[in-house]
Amino acid sequence: MYKYDEIDQQIVDERVTQYRDQTRRFLAGELTDEEFRPLRLQNGLYIQRHAPMLRIAVPYGMLSSKQLHKLADITAKYDKGYGHFSTRQNIQLNWPKLEEVPNILAELASVEMHAIQTSGNCIRNITTDQFAGVAPDEVVDPRAMAEIMRQWSTFHPEFALLPRKFKIAVSGTKYDRAVVQMHDIGMEFYKDATNQIAIKVWVGGGLGRTPILGSVIRENLPWQHALTYCEAIIRVYNLHGRRDNAFKARIKILVKALGIEEFKRQVESEWAHLKDTPNTITEAELERVSHYFENMPYAQLPANNASFDAAISNNPAFAAWVKRCVHPHKKPGYRALTLSLKPHGKAPGDATTEQLNVVADLAETYSFGELRVSHEQNLILADVKLSDLFAVWEKARAAGLATPNIGLLTDIICCPGGDFCSLANAKSIPIAEAIQMQFDNLDYLHDIGELELNISGCMNACGHHHVGHIGILGVDKDGSEWYQVSIGGKQGNDASLGSVIGPSFSADEMPAVVQKLIDVFLQERTPEERFIDTVRRLGVAPFKAHVYGDKTDKIGEVA
Amino acid sequence: MSNLIQLSSDTSNGKATIVENSWICVKLPIAQVEERKQAGKIVLFKLTGEKTVSEEQVAGTTIPTTGNIMLPLAVFIARKSELQARINQGEVGIWIDTHETLKHLIEVQADLNTLPIIAVHVERFADGRIFSLGTLLRTRYGYKNELRAIGDVLRDQLFFLKRSGFTSYMIRADRSATEAIASLEDFTTPYQGAVDEPRPVFQRYNRAAK
Repeated sequence: MYKYDEIDQQIVDERVTQYRDQTRRFLAGELTDEEFRPLRLQNGLYIQRHAPMLRIAVPYGMLSSKQLHKLADITAKYDKGYGHFSTRQNIQLNWPKLEEVPNILAELASVEMHAIQTSGNCIRNITTDQFAGVAPDEVVDPRAMAEIMRQWSTFHPEFALLPRKFKIAVSGTKYDRAVVQMHDIGMEFYKDATNQIAIKVWVGGGLGRTPILGSVIRENLPWQHALTYCEAIIRVYNLHGRRDNAFKARIKILVKALGIEEFKRQVESEWAHLKDTPNTITEAELERVSHYFENMPYAQLPANNASFDAAISNNPAFAAWVKRCVHPHKKPGYRALTLSLKPHGKAPGDATTEQLNVVADLAETYSFGELRVSHEQNLILADVKLSDLFAVWEKARAAGLATPNIGLLTDIICCPGGDFCSLANAKSIPIAEAIQMQFDNLDYLHDIGELELNISGCMNACGHHHVGHIGILGVDKDGSEWYQVSIGGKQGNDASLGSVIGPSFSADEMPAVVQKLIDVFLQERTPEERFIDTVRRLGVAPFKAHVYGDKTDKIGEVA
Repeated sequence: MSNLIQLSSDTSNGKATIVENSWICVKLPIAQVEERKQAGKIVLFKLTGEKTVSEEQVAGTTIPTTGNIMLPLAVFIARKSELQARINQGEVGIWIDTHETLKHLIEVQADLNTLPIIAVHVERFADGRIFSLGTLLRTRYGYKNELRAIGDVLRDQLFFLKRSGFTSYMIRADRSATEAIASLEDFTTPYQGAVDEPRPVFQRYNRAAK
């Protein structure tokens, strides 16, 4: 993975110094709340319900064992012994003290980490596929370009205070795992006819209050122009985005208002001036950064391993885990695997200090000392030998990291919700936990098959509820918490936004509502169908009828 | 004491000092502005291109008859002819608001370098349009003279203002320019090319991978 040189290190060190002084001035009353707000946000610090929340950047989801050990230390020293992995591949601390944040940042800087631009109205952490570099279907490893874009976006002076947050995702696979279509800018890298890296660029996607899939603004952009083309897009946005209304301030609203053709015309006319300016990426720079993402020193291994095969046939629990949590790898004899942070009945995406240390050790011993965070809020070991999988499984299982539910109903994407977040309308974690307990039967869960259930505690959609096969959104009605259910959302190349099935439900009703959706699915599915396929084939109606069927009387009584 | 920070015109040392202000900022007569709301909140930022200056205000603006003056953009555009002699003398600069566009300015004043000073007024420090305006004035329209940030200008935005081409900064009256000046140097080696240093770090240093 990328390693800092003196220049990178100096920037994060100077940031610590800068932020330490900003915090000092705030505590001394020299900065008002309003003045300090964008400064702390651009360092990932929110003021939450109970305490501040600090979001630490994990650029494009890559971590080393050393960094994870440091994060584990920080959760023990400055927090309550756990951290929360977010849908932007970052990690959040829920209980840091405002005055201790500069010290936390200094500790992070000692392992080449930071919290720069993890919040606020600026370019945020750039995300990508958690299987970058090892996926068999990968065409271009997106990490070198992601790192070049990380550096370019860090303290970009022109885009330091945008109308609203700005999220970029990149991907280099045929099957998109980085949800590029739901980002402010999405980029797909591919090889053109001359075997050069080219980029397909989407703009104006996003979830939140107004969910929209991105529109294609450019095809065949040569890689050298990635930064200047982004500058053209973001300049048009910076100048013309709706600053008068925070709810309409994202770029998607501007793109929608102008129409993609007019927006593209403005971007292209800006780019005519920016093309070939010095921020154009050079061959030498791409080569320099790519060097950090070269292949691991893999062993030459046979495609099969007898001890692995034996363990599969002798141990059904191991076999079930392999089926859900182990993924193909481009090298024979290697696999990527997902350590589930979704044990049933626990907050999705949380990991304790001990678990962080266990994962760091596993990565060190079995996966070249590196790991990744997925936007589904799990941890990935990307380069494990087939012959080591059983040993990894045993250790992961002992640490509660081997729930065989990846891609299944209980692998819930979930924001922190009303338990922590001051923006939330409703709690989300207890809903996730209740649903997980409703479906706490692994055989049944496997029968249901692939299903993505996403929960957001408010329409800011940190839990990506719009693209969940089942999406749950917390809403506030007259001061109490209700949950709106949608079905038919999907991420990936054939992304779609879910449709709301009807009036919302109380928290108590939610496990039964999901159960009813599943009952309809199990009754109507063809043998090969996943939940999403059945919803797409039948539409919302039969699901709605079953969920609300026996509720109409009650509604009548209330009325 | 003055609250104006100015970068040295000698770009090689780039040091900033506190200097006396020699420009009179000409204000528009105050007009009644209706408070607007969006989504239940008072609108704090004007939309880009929104017309906010009336003809009465332009006509009613009192222009000092002597001295160096910075005129509101709308006044400069409308009353340029009556000021031509002073413009030729180098006594006239302009100031623009962050919601104004540069289009009309360029139409009436193709060569901006006739103006010894352009100021951009930022009503609220969080309005990042000021950075794009500075960048455009420098890179698109080739403006070379003093570019000043005025209004809600605070210490923690100075580094970005400098990189966006601003060379002087009128720190908000209730804050200390003496303290603010340090933040121009918050970062030694920024990553990306911008106005003050167009070359990104990979064009300036040999960063061979180790």
